[in-house]
Amino acid sequence: MKNNYFEVLRGGVHSTFQDTGFNNVQHLGITTGGVVDTLLFHLANKLLDNDSGTPVIEFANQGPLLELKKGRCRFVITGNVAFNIISKDNILQGTPNQTYHLQEGDQLDILSTIKSNYGYFTVEGGFNIQKEYGCFSTLTQSQIGANNGNKISNNQIITFNNNYSQSNTKIEMSFKKNHTIRVIKGPQMNYFMLKTIKNFFEKKFYVSKITNRMGVRVEGNIIKAIKSHNIASEGIIKGSIQVPGNGDPIVLMNDHPTIGGYPKIAIVILSDLAKLAQLPMGSNFNFQEVSISEAENIYLENIDEFNFLINKISKI
Amino acid sequence: MLKHINQISEQAFLLDFGSIIDIQTNSFVISFANHIIDNIELNYELGIKNCTPSYNKILIQFDPNSKKKREILDFLYSINLKEFKSKETKEFVEIPICYDDEYSLDLADISQQIKLTKEEIINIHLNTSFHVYMIGFMPGYPFMGDIDKILSVPRKLSPRLNVPKGSVAIVGNLCGIYPNNSPGGWNIIGNTPLNLFLKNNNEPTLLKPGNKVKFKSISKSEFDLIIQSHEK
Repeated sequence: MKNNYFEVLRGGVHSTFQDTGFNNVQHLGITTGGVVDTLLFHLANKLLDNDSGTPVIEFANQGPLLELKKGRCRFVITGNVAFNIISKDNILQGTPNQTYHLQEGDQLDILSTIKSNYGYFTVEGGFNIQKEYGCFSTLTQSQIGANNGNKISNNQIITFNNNYSQSNTKIEMSFKKNHTIRVIKGPQMNYFMLKTIKNFFEKKFYVSKITNRMGVRVEGNIIKAIKSHNIASEGIIKGSIQVPGNGDPIVLMNDHPTIGGYPKIAIVILSDLAKLAQLPMGSNFNFQEVSISEAENIYLENIDEFNFLINKISKI
Repeated sequence: MLKHINQISEQAFLLDFGSIIDIQTNSFVISFANHIIDNIELNYELGIKNCTPSYNKILIQFDPNSKKKREILDFLYSINLKEFKSKETKEFVEIPICYDDEYSLDLADISQQIKLTKEEIINIHLNTSFHVYMIGFMPGYPFMGDIDKILSVPRKLSPRLNVPKGSVAIVGNLCGIYPNNSPGGWNIIGNTPLNLFLKNNNEPTLLKPGNKVKFKSISKSEFDLIIQSHEK
């Protein structure tokens, strides 16, 4: 007998269970995975008073349509997202970053992200899924992790744990699009002429349509290496900007290959990686250089800002 | 030897073992990396999240919030060759391969490119004693070398969208094996019925960095027998 569960009426474009990703396995060829937008992930769990590592469903652009077949729940959607709560005699247009209740028979229709690519959905108590390699994330390319390594698909069932509070919480958030993406010098910046590096920082790029959890391909500013577009393959860290032979850089995201053989001109700082991933296709932006120690300070400042932000969570 | 350590991001060090790429350097890198990977408790304490060795480098990913950068560097610089437990990674693995036409999708093309017959290419491949330099790109994928220069071919101009699982493929002086169906640009010369990656195994990868590998030619019927034995 199943306790609380949803039936998936529509899986959406690319909806997966995620947490903060895999550790201690990159030497086996397993990548780190995990949520693209860490802030929205932590915010979702804070709003529901879940443990900080509770897995969420990350969706890209169009999210799932779910029917609550059994039980009741309190849930939240974080990000900039349009969604409807459909009950027997009413359709309620939902507001993200605010918790709601669903009763048995209700449907949740996550229509789309707005001027962004990724949003997050989770329930109080969390989904009932199994860890693999100590982690709740899903790697769809390698078929590893939650949901047998698959994205969430039509007609499947999603069970969840039985925590339920009456009260609702919310937070006011403003989403400003960020068009400056800060980077640190890459390990192979010396593969590029000074003039090319100058162009890299001065000319605008735009986000191409070839953008997913593996990488964000950026176009509009062809970058060519001096001699070779091949290096001896080495380990990859997310945010690395690889430059393949065609000159359109690829910013590697959470599901990147574990090692790579293209020169890396720069590495996007952790604090700006989600901002880049959230930019809609066709958006213009430019790269700006910062030092490692500046990047480290920005990272720690962001944690302080997050702690300040969650203090503004209020009861409804 | 460890030449220097570059911090390349808020959460990563790239350890540089010099510009020479050979089996000797790589064997040292592998021992160095295994020493880190096996130190599970220390990794946890220092916030080391991943350790990824390659030919002549090691990437260390750490928790940028742990504020233990100094301690991690001290640990890395303190690793001494003498401390390496002689954990045997040089074990020999024999990999069955079927070179029949249905599996050796690019053998005819390679034969034309380098002006050797299919039989000559197969013989060179069977007589090569391989060293596993690293595992990566996708789970369980081995980078093995070195193949004789006369067999050196570049990546395919247009990569295949779906390389079949088990495909044994070559590029430059390297040989790799696709653990699962995947896009890929290497030149396919045969297929092995062995599983290169089984996620539920205690040791999920068939091969480990440092392993010695030789291929053994098998017929289609032997190939099918091994596949059937997996299903039992």
